[in-house]
Amino acid sequence: MSEVLLATGAIGTDTSVPAASGVRQFWRRLRTQRAALVAAGVVALLVLVALAAPLLTALEGQDPTTYHPSLVDSARGGVPIGPLGGISGDHWLGVEPQTGRDLFARLTYGARVSLGVALAATVVQVAIGITLGVAAALGKRWVDQLLSRFTDIIVAMPLMIMSLALLAIVPSSFPRPVLVALVIGLIGWGNIARIVRAQTLTLKELDHVSAARLSGWGTWSIARRELLPGIAAPVITYAALLVPSNITVEAALSFLGVGVKPPTPSWGQMLTAADVWYQAAPQYLLLPAGALFVTVFALTVLGDGVRTALDPRAASRLRVGTGRRRESKAAEGGRA
Amino acid sequence: MNGFTGFVLRRTVGTAVTLLAISVIVYVVFYATPGNVAQITCGPRCSPEQVHQVARQLNLDDPLFLRYWHFLQGLVAGQDYSTGTSVQHCSAPCLGLSYQSDQQVTQLIWAKLPVSLSLVAGAMVLWLLLGVGTGVLSAWRRGRFSERVLTGVTLAGTATPVFVIGLVLMIVVCGELRLLPFPQYVALTDDPEQWAWNLLLPWLSLALIEAAAFARLTRASMLETLAEDHIRTFRAYGVGERSIVGRHALRGAFAPVIALNANNVGSAIGGAVLTETLFGLPGIGQELVHAVNVVDLPVVVGMVLVIGFFVVLANAVADVLYAVADRRVVLT
Repeated sequence: MSEVLLATGAIGTDTSVPAASGVRQFWRRLRTQRAALVAAGVVALLVLVALAAPLLTALEGQDPTTYHPSLVDSARGGVPIGPLGGISGDHWLGVEPQTGRDLFARLTYGARVSLGVALAATVVQVAIGITLGVAAALGKRWVDQLLSRFTDIIVAMPLMIMSLALLAIVPSSFPRPVLVALVIGLIGWGNIARIVRAQTLTLKELDHVSAARLSGWGTWSIARRELLPGIAAPVITYAALLVPSNITVEAALSFLGVGVKPPTPSWGQMLTAADVWYQAAPQYLLLPAGALFVTVFALTVLGDGVRTALDPRAASRLRVGTGRRRESKAAEGGRA
Repeated sequence: MNGFTGFVLRRTVGTAVTLLAISVIVYVVFYATPGNVAQITCGPRCSPEQVHQVARQLNLDDPLFLRYWHFLQGLVAGQDYSTGTSVQHCSAPCLGLSYQSDQQVTQLIWAKLPVSLSLVAGAMVLWLLLGVGTGVLSAWRRGRFSERVLTGVTLAGTATPVFVIGLVLMIVVCGELRLLPFPQYVALTDDPEQWAWNLLLPWLSLALIEAAAFARLTRASMLETLAEDHIRTFRAYGVGERSIVGRHALRGAFAPVIALNANNVGSAIGGAVLTETLFGLPGIGQELVHAVNVVDLPVVVGMVLVIGFFVVLANAVADVLYAVADRRVVLT
């Protein structure tokens, strides 16, 4: 889980790289990493599938919510009729056991939910994190104390447990995917706030910020025009790894039956009953599981690539001493 | 106050304050809920009078701070609850009664705790062994093909949701190969051998996910240590590579691994909830999911507080261990 990577110090909160180098340099550094490029391609494809879900299912001639009772064998507990879980020209990936809903449609619409919820949650986390982080760094001492202690508590509470518990008390009239995104977003901002606070404290002391302050700029203008560009790099780095982590949380909540609820499809929710049907319709298990794995894996690799491109120093620190050959060569050189 | 004792004392006080703050936040967030608890507890067919009666019975009409004060009193001194005809005494630490079953939340948690502790403790041993082992191996084989394979595998591990690994393991091992029966919890005190066999798959699923992070961390901190001057000195004295990697570089990974282990207690408990639900283990996680589904607030709040307590405690213990493991740490 990628939130773990962040805790390992793989990304330090001390990323004091102003990264004035600009967007072009970022792209150049990202382009040199083959794995990150492939991952970016996969992610782009997934986003495309999610966006084009109505189009794709229209092409197939199905939708994700219509029941097809005639396609499942009710005498045998609702096993899809036909070979390979009911794969046919009409239903490209077969149908769901018991209900007969089209699997291809549920999978593509599930991509919308997974990616949409994770992105929305990330936006909420970043927004809260930046606001509170900057406020803590620029505010009075007691404001900083209050916000920092609050952040400590938020970080201490396990994201999974808190979102699970919070989902119990919100009214069910709310659209479920929006709710899940909000809950994950409202709980998972702690580390962003910490990073932003640390970075802002460093930036605050720099000359161009002092100059702005001396010219009589207000706190708000300084934050927006002098500080935001400086905290962009660490925030983007962290946010890139928050997205796969949020996907996992959403899938887990929906798997437990408290996240996105039927009839809205979600990959995690599709897996809830999948173990019972793995023999009759293996794709009912393999497709959502595979989709989850590929998505989270690609996003994690991409996130790693973004980190390397934004903060080459941290990356090279991690790569210290690669290859014993180089070391021994250097040792020989020293001897000569 | 200075020195190690002072440090431990300050940490203890800080931890207590954090726990109190958590209890306030959790209590307010959950009981100032927009949903109508009495309505939900009573069921969809209740008349307004019945709902009102339930609200009074649950003391939902009292102001929030008063209810929190009673909650704290119960936690410290215990409390008496009248459940219709009889009075039930809930001794300290009392977390209240379940809306659903009138059972004491403390007893409920106490009954489920052994299952969850068995799961997490066993998995922790596994993930530390697997993770640190893989990390050492990949630091030792750095730059070779085998290291690239290990790095890829651990990255895949961080990217797999625990319930996906668990599902696949269960289907392959129990369903197809029939190497093990489908897990069923057996208490350690009843039959230690069956206990271990039945928990093997849950342990593995939880450990495989968590181990990946430890492998990455161990490798990174060992590589960092390997680049330091004293290691070069060891090499110059002709100390063997195996001993350098296995003993001297490994020491550099101790403190970060302890820190990560404490950091991960939270995510591991989250993973345990999924593992318990997936394998049908009757632990705290499964109970929490049930309580969430039936909106049993005292149980939800009690569980969240107990889990928060464990996480905060783990972090405090880790801070102390960290200071012991790495003498360079400044005690504040």
